[in-house]
Amino acid sequence: MSTIKTLEDLNKAAKRGLESIIPSKTKIMVGMSTSGLASGAQEVYDALAAEIKKRKLDVVLCKTSAMGMDCIEPLVEVIQPNRPRLAYSRMTAKKVPEVINQVAKGVVDGFKPTYRMDEEDYLCLNEKKPYFKGPLPNDVKDIPTISNVDFYKKQVKIATRNCGMINFESIDEYVAKGGYFSLYKALTQMKPEQIIDEIIASGLRGRGGGGFPAGVKWQTCRRAHGDIKYVLCNGDEGDPGAYMDRSVMEGDPHSIIEGMIIGAFAIGATDGFIYVRNEYPLAVANLQRALDQARAYGFLGNNIFNSGFNFDIKIGKGAGAFVCGESTALMTSLEGKAGEPRAKYIHTVEYGLWNRPSNLNNVETWANVPAIISRGAKWFSSIGCKNNSGTKVFSLVGKVNNIGLVEVPMGIPLKDIIYEIGGGIPGGKKFKAVQTGGPSGGCIPKSLEDISVDFDALWEAGSMMGSGGMIVMDETTCMVDIARYFIDFLEFESCGKCVPCREGVMRMNEILHDICGGKGRPGDIELLESMSKGIVDGALCALGSTAPNPVLSTLKYFRDEYTAHVRDKKCPAGVCKALIRFSVSDEKCTGCGVCLKKCPTECISGEKKKTHVIDQTECIKCGVCKESCKFDAIIVE
Amino acid sequence: MVSFVIDGKNVQAEGGAMLLNVARQNGIVIPTLCAHDTVARSGACRLCVVEVTKGKRTRIVTSCLYPVDEGIVVSTKTERVMNVRSLVMQLLMARCPESQLLKDMAKEMGIEPQPSFRVETDKGKCILCRLCVKTCEDVVGVSAIGLSRRGKDKIVGPPFMEDSVTCVGCGACAYVCPTDHIVMESTDGRRKIWGRAFRMKACDTCGRYFAPVDQLKWISKKTGTPLSELSVCLSCK
Repeated sequence: MSTIKTLEDLNKAAKRGLESIIPSKTKIMVGMSTSGLASGAQEVYDALAAEIKKRKLDVVLCKTSAMGMDCIEPLVEVIQPNRPRLAYSRMTAKKVPEVINQVAKGVVDGFKPTYRMDEEDYLCLNEKKPYFKGPLPNDVKDIPTISNVDFYKKQVKIATRNCGMINFESIDEYVAKGGYFSLYKALTQMKPEQIIDEIIASGLRGRGGGGFPAGVKWQTCRRAHGDIKYVLCNGDEGDPGAYMDRSVMEGDPHSIIEGMIIGAFAIGATDGFIYVRNEYPLAVANLQRALDQARAYGFLGNNIFNSGFNFDIKIGKGAGAFVCGESTALMTSLEGKAGEPRAKYIHTVEYGLWNRPSNLNNVETWANVPAIISRGAKWFSSIGCKNNSGTKVFSLVGKVNNIGLVEVPMGIPLKDIIYEIGGGIPGGKKFKAVQTGGPSGGCIPKSLEDISVDFDALWEAGSMMGSGGMIVMDETTCMVDIARYFIDFLEFESCGKCVPCREGVMRMNEILHDICGGKGRPGDIELLESMSKGIVDGALCALGSTAPNPVLSTLKYFRDEYTAHVRDKKCPAGVCKALIRFSVSDEKCTGCGVCLKKCPTECISGEKKKTHVIDQTECIKCGVCKESCKFDAIIVE
Repeated sequence: MVSFVIDGKNVQAEGGAMLLNVARQNGIVIPTLCAHDTVARSGACRLCVVEVTKGKRTRIVTSCLYPVDEGIVVSTKTERVMNVRSLVMQLLMARCPESQLLKDMAKEMGIEPQPSFRVETDKGKCILCRLCVKTCEDVVGVSAIGLSRRGKDKIVGPPFMEDSVTCVGCGACAYVCPTDHIVMESTDGRRKIWGRAFRMKACDTCGRYFAPVDQLKWISKKTGTPLSELSVCLSCK
């Protein structure tokens, strides 16, 4: 690889990349990010490689990352000359020969792809390239296009524009998608102030959760005194069930790197650090490879694009402490000390890493930057809603049919995400609430399902955007138990530096355990409320000051459930074991004996065709009887 | 110099001075447990919180770390402030029920223990203010003790809670500890601290044991003073 210094060089790399994105021969891509690998993508990849070799096919087999719909992985996609791109979902090694048969014949026959793509979006270049010319081949006519798949219909991809579309190992493919052209534009045609103005005008707000205007942060950091300044990337994603940043780091690492270089030039920074948790080995490896490639091309190093600008990026690996996602704790950890936060009455843009001006943005924020520079602030701010430009990536998990990563325009109604993109609640159950913003966020109840998903509306509702976790809960979820779960997590993750968080969250957890365990006392709810106020006001960092949110928001919308636990010693959702009792309905029980056989403690007795009885002294309330009963005869109360 | 209001009183101070210091200079009492003049502040105890209004924004800040600014309005005894202080005291009293200091402070502040908090039995009197750790690191310069583990399991002690090889037995940690959690025992020319025994040096003049030999060696090494010149106690010098 030779260094790229001119637009001509960049165009050459783009040409190479395009030849590799849509080659003149058949190409098979396997989604091999963490979600794909977890569902067996490696086995599928190996089977494909073996089958291709066996049949001596002239086919390119390559890796890509996840496109978002994790519930249908492993995903195998086939691009053949002058045919639409086809996606085969839930692939197994067994299905490989059949897919290869179709590839060899060039016709869909039998095992059907889940969707097809007729054209590919080159967002940063503002163009779409078709996969084929002329009429649509007959054999694929009844395969829906991706824009007709419910999961993708309402999605708008900016930050995850290349995820699942390019081979994350290839810098040329990134360049072909318009990558590093924004960097060229920024470094050769724009002044730092102009870039900052553009980011301010775009209305881009920090995607890590705070929602602070990114351009304003850059401007403050640019104006801060100091010869050495840093730009930092927060990849310490730690919310349970959230993996937006991991997907971008794994699937499109160059978008983050390009964003950071542009930011560094605008701010006047000399060095950059990407802080990633070490539990994301693939993200670390893909970022490292991308950094090496960017350095080899001269996008990092000295005199980038002959502009005289010097900059480089290093990776800092975190040891998996949730608190290190907090800006000052992240910086302390990067400094090589224990990851504890510090007071930031003087902002980190002035005194940050090693007390030098430091601009920290999250992975998704950085990934948006090249798109804004190439397409312009006006374009970006036309997407989304008032004061909330652009899109937001969410990881949609929990009690929802379509689990995966979704990128939607800001301001989309919550119900569209849950019912349309998410495909509703499995098993015909009722939607109850959704937890947004991770453990420190809050629950949005069904009554607010019309809420606009943006920074401000979620905050007003007592939750927050956070980094983008979205955990859907149905009627079988106990809200007190959920609050206890998150408080439990936060107690474990508290660094222990300040008293309100270390001791206070622990005490709240004790009280919640008591309430769920049937030992709630009068006054417990009020005590939780007053403690919450004290912790919100008194804790040192954002982890502590938002820690009571799960309790506050569930109390706000589901106070009756708390009262039922404390006063009536009942768990309305039938979850808290100490407060529930399993019995058999005389009316519904057919005496089939299935529950009797399945019960692990053998506490169910009864003759065939007669109502069975559960021995309460032996019952461990595991719920196996309820799950196994076909006649809905097990009563939980 | 900047001018601002604290509890209704107009005051002036050097811009950037810490609010706690300015308040105290103006006769306003703010309780603290982790602030000490000799070491950098950590903001760990949260007892020194006050309410500050700057422009349109009112918030609770720790006065020990908050740099004063022109035009701010500070209230040191609002309901929100008292709610935080009261929570902190109740939490600490449940953690360290034996601490007389906490009992005295709570009494003065009119705070009763919270009966719903289960009393801890294994934390001693340590409130994790980290004054000992910072003193050992920044003042003594040996870093014999530190903080380990996380959250409610956080503890102070030598690495892996084994006998420290770097400890010089100076006792500065015990001296600075606000709750007397760190125990230092001296008998017959021996001092025991952090589980290790140190041989004491007797003053060449009066014969009184005045410092551990290891500490004198450390001082000699650090300052370049020959050990022979450190054999007389401060009173006899």
